[in-house]
Amino acid sequence: MKRYLYYPGCSLRGTGKAYEESLLAVFKALDVELEELEDWNCCGATAYMAIDEMNAFALAGRNLALAEKKKLDLVAPCSACYLVLNKAQRYIKEYPKVARLLEHGFKAAGLTYTGTAKVRHPLDILIHDIGVDQIKARVKRPLAGLKVAPYYGCQIVRPYATFDLMYYPVSMDKLLRAVGAEIVDYPLKTRCCGGSQKGTLPEVGLSLIHILLKEAGRRGAQVVSTICPLCQFNLDAFQDEAGKKYGEVSMPVVYFTQLLGLAFGFSAKELGLERNIVPAKRVLAKFEPAAA
Amino acid sequence: MAVKRMIKYEVERDPQFAGWVAGVIGGERIRNCIQCGLCSASCPLSPYMDHTPRRLIHMAREGFKREVLGSFTIWLCTSCYSCTVECPRRIRVTDIMYALKRRAIEDGVYPKRFPIPVLASEFGAMIRRKGRVTESWLILRVFLKTAIFRLLGMSKLGSKLFFSGRMGLVPESIRDRKQLQTLLDAVETHKEVAA
Repeated sequence: MKRYLYYPGCSLRGTGKAYEESLLAVFKALDVELEELEDWNCCGATAYMAIDEMNAFALAGRNLALAEKKKLDLVAPCSACYLVLNKAQRYIKEYPKVARLLEHGFKAAGLTYTGTAKVRHPLDILIHDIGVDQIKARVKRPLAGLKVAPYYGCQIVRPYATFDLMYYPVSMDKLLRAVGAEIVDYPLKTRCCGGSQKGTLPEVGLSLIHILLKEAGRRGAQVVSTICPLCQFNLDAFQDEAGKKYGEVSMPVVYFTQLLGLAFGFSAKELGLERNIVPAKRVLAKFEPAAA
Repeated sequence: MAVKRMIKYEVERDPQFAGWVAGVIGGERIRNCIQCGLCSASCPLSPYMDHTPRRLIHMAREGFKREVLGSFTIWLCTSCYSCTVECPRRIRVTDIMYALKRRAIEDGVYPKRFPIPVLASEFGAMIRRKGRVTESWLILRVFLKTAIFRLLGMSKLGSKLFFSGRMGLVPESIRDRKQLQTLLDAVETHKEVAA
């Protein structure tokens, strides 16, 4: 059995609950154990870097210090967390002034940081540690005929990831193909969803959301598959508003782990699919297990 | 129509600001910029910006302090890192944008009631107190400070999120808040000493 440390991040305990539910289900089905990083704190996301750079590195640093004690790879499913933790580690190494300053902080807080923790994304684990064959072997109900637009968003392969291609990532495509889905060519797969702009400058955020959804539809997708809680939230919760402003769109947006989970035989409820604002049932009902 | 001088004289630029930008984390290669425009071309927010990233980078390194810090551009940046990845001169444009945001907040020159700096500071305050972010409370606090009327317009979505279990109202917190605060305080103190 493979074991990893698990860093949920704030979103997976809030708007992205379904990501956590489906991720845990899928990993368990693949016989992978996730141990939650004890007393993890917020990674700082994109917002904290705009207020205090050194403390943003320190926030991420505490998590990295807690993780390295455990000597296990740390799995960070949220794109912002994944980026921030990796970036902090990289910059502490690259910029001596960051390292020196944080050293004072770690010492005062009784933490040891050596930079040995390895921060990884579930896509990376599934493709490289588990492998497509294992995943194929676990499929109970193939997603035959389901057309999926694989949407990676930013901050995952950009700019520090090495597990996939920076300009045209394919790891999620491979996983979804392995469970029988059909992948549509989606050139916007790494384009930004607008991040927190929907909350701060609505007209700007809505436009980006609309472009992504419309293009997925135009390419023949029945569903958009995401890997990030903020992407999912933006494309799902504001779809109605974007449609009203820029033209009707109707496109369920789910986590890739929810699609894998369906193929593994889990129910919509177990995978948190009922939490969607734009109902996914319309296209996914036929893959759900029959009610007992 | 009033006739206005559109170009700055040398003496009106701020060389200190230009030097500062080149010294921030990520700004070390800013003088290598060849103004190719790949940053602007790849930026999904360019169409909304008053100065495109290419122009802003040039203005910043030439010391156009007031124009750069007062620009919407820095607040439109979502940190998607397209520019950073595309830049053939390996300039970390996203990091420079972060540095400019911090400087604008420090100097108090960001647009008033513009919600992005408010979001950033509310976010920071919440982390300092609790160590984690509770999304529902964060959104609520930002709207209360900036656009209370828009909050009312969002009640339908809010209740949907609440009933689907995606908007927990129980505040999240870490256990060892003291350790986190000690860490942040110590970094802050030494930063002042180093400065």
